[in-house]
Amino acid sequence: MKGLPVIEVKDVHKSFKTVQAVRGIDLRIDHGQFVALLGPNGAGKTTMVEMIEGIQKPDKGEILIMGKKWKGHENELRRLIGLSLQETHFIDKLNVRETLRLFASFFRLNRSRVDEIISIVGLEDKVKSYVVNLSGGQRQRLALGIALLNNPKILLLDEPTTGLDPNARQEIWSILHSLKEKLDTSLILTTHYMEEAERLCDFIVIIDKGKILQQGTLNQLLLTESPKGKTIEFTIQNPGLAVQKLFDESPYNVSLEKDNGKRTVSLNQLEEDLPGFLAFLNNSGIRIENLEFRRKTLDDVFISLTGRHLNA
Amino acid sequence: MHKSLFNNQLFQMISAYFKEMIREPGVLFWGIAFPILMSLGLGVAFTKKTDVIRKVAIVSQQNNPDLSADTSLSIELLLKGLAMSEDSAGNEKSDYKLFIPDDKMGNTTLLFYKTSWQEAMIMMKRGTISLVMSEDSGMVRYHFDPLNPDAQLTYLKLTKLFGGEALAPDHKNETIEPLTVSGTRYIDFLVPGLIAMGVMMSCMWGLSYGIIDKRSKKLLRRMVATPMKKSYFLVALITVRVVMNLIESLLLLLFAWLVFDITIQGSVAALLMIFIAGNIAFAGIAVFISSHTSNTEIGNGLINAIVMPMMVLSGVFFSYHNFPDWSIPVIQKLPLTLLADGARSIFIEGAGFRETFVPFLIMVTTGLVFFVTGLRIFKWH
Repeated sequence: MKGLPVIEVKDVHKSFKTVQAVRGIDLRIDHGQFVALLGPNGAGKTTMVEMIEGIQKPDKGEILIMGKKWKGHENELRRLIGLSLQETHFIDKLNVRETLRLFASFFRLNRSRVDEIISIVGLEDKVKSYVVNLSGGQRQRLALGIALLNNPKILLLDEPTTGLDPNARQEIWSILHSLKEKLDTSLILTTHYMEEAERLCDFIVIIDKGKILQQGTLNQLLLTESPKGKTIEFTIQNPGLAVQKLFDESPYNVSLEKDNGKRTVSLNQLEEDLPGFLAFLNNSGIRIENLEFRRKTLDDVFISLTGRHLNA
Repeated sequence: MHKSLFNNQLFQMISAYFKEMIREPGVLFWGIAFPILMSLGLGVAFTKKTDVIRKVAIVSQQNNPDLSADTSLSIELLLKGLAMSEDSAGNEKSDYKLFIPDDKMGNTTLLFYKTSWQEAMIMMKRGTISLVMSEDSGMVRYHFDPLNPDAQLTYLKLTKLFGGEALAPDHKNETIEPLTVSGTRYIDFLVPGLIAMGVMMSCMWGLSYGIIDKRSKKLLRRMVATPMKKSYFLVALITVRVVMNLIESLLLLLFAWLVFDITIQGSVAALLMIFIAGNIAFAGIAVFISSHTSNTEIGNGLINAIVMPMMVLSGVFFSYHNFPDWSIPVIQKLPLTLLADGARSIFIEGAGFRETFVPFLIMVTTGLVFFVTGLRIFKWH
């Protein structure tokens, strides 16, 4: 099976009445790869992943799962895939075990698999709780459990942690982490949280406005696409006339984040350039309140690609 | 649980939908208690004659509205002899009150209001009274709408009291035999209608709304993304509904039997067949109208558009024979009419398979046509 891509997407287009959701996407996902489709809301991630899931049909282009088209292989492919939709409400007055049992019957799975899933997603204490009484995180874990029921070769998760608090998000991440170690599964997840893509996925595809902007491993993206050098972030104590000099006269490329007053500058050689930069500030009469060196993020990559923040 | 049942799709779906339904306490009330309460309320209201109050205005002279209210009229003289004068404060401030006991037809209380012509006309327009008595040089006149049956009845009662021999022949030798034989009462008409209505409501709201709701919650989309058999999804929903309808109808029937002594005079097997046919018809229509939309408000409108006309036309509560003649053949072919009339003919007229075969066939065909069409255009996601 090695060599043959698990999922192959070739020049796929999809439009709805008023929007061109996907405008020519090519993707190749290999066996065992964890891939993130990262992009802001409305980038076309859900449409793309739903076409891979066989829920929507592309207007143009081709999608192959294990080398097979959806058409004519639906029943076979459904058994290979586990998925969770962006938002699914299960039956309110069915409890966790009953919900899993219902979906297990669709795959003709037995009781022991239902018990396994309950322990994988950590819902042992909630087996008798009605779905309607679960918290957002628990509901999302149930959805993940249902996606994992059939031991899928391909796992497709659409925004698995959107709207969850940081704790609940961590729990989902740790479940997915342990799956990655134990199972032989390929994963595509869509997200607009760069942290999720960084933490979980070994390959990241940045999507915006229905097109792929860039793809690669985290390191590749950070090295090639973000502004060169190291990022220094600082705030100014006495913003005023002098600050204008920073933009007009300094040799440094300073940018301002409007919402929090933070400024950033990129320095090629931290050891050599930082003293000069500080001297320039001092000579200009600018007092610094706070200054830190931070690592580059996918957000920096996204900004350099689009001029916008990922979650603006 | 047996292993083959545990991983049987159809069994698990039926079990899930059944739990979904019975765990909603409202379902039990609206599905079971409500029809029973309705049969009780309507059955009592229309089966037992209660005391009737008839109100009459007395006007001294049609042409002389200015006549003082104090002037005594000969009607009054008569009334003073017969009735209680009512000066005391009460809710009904009538001038005279006359109580006519009648254990067969029900008691009647006549209330007389002495008033001016204008006032009487206002009361008439408001529907407080339906008849005005006037006196003109010793002659008693009755003023009422001859098309209003209520006014006619009041007129008959009054002529009996006040003479008017020509119009009110002597009734002394007549007896009245009220019809209270099982099968001719209103409750006998009502219960089959309520069962038919229950089937329609339960299918349309339970099934259509259930499907649309599952589509709008994206549950449908999630389910078809598994190897689930699509037909099982609908079969399971319909099975649960039909079983629930059967339980509801049996409880209503049991209640009507205990309280109103209702009996099924025809074939019970034929009744079951026509009941199943009704379920098929409405389940088919329900699947058809819920085949496309994922918006529950549009669903509401669609369901109402189907349910409301039949509620009005199909004679659940009152006979549809008062509708214009040209409309009767159309009304008789509506599924709810077919079901209600079919059930009624078995309940009341003692009909069997032969008499109910045609409605049975029409309903089953209707159901299947709508089901198949609905399934062809069904939107799974």
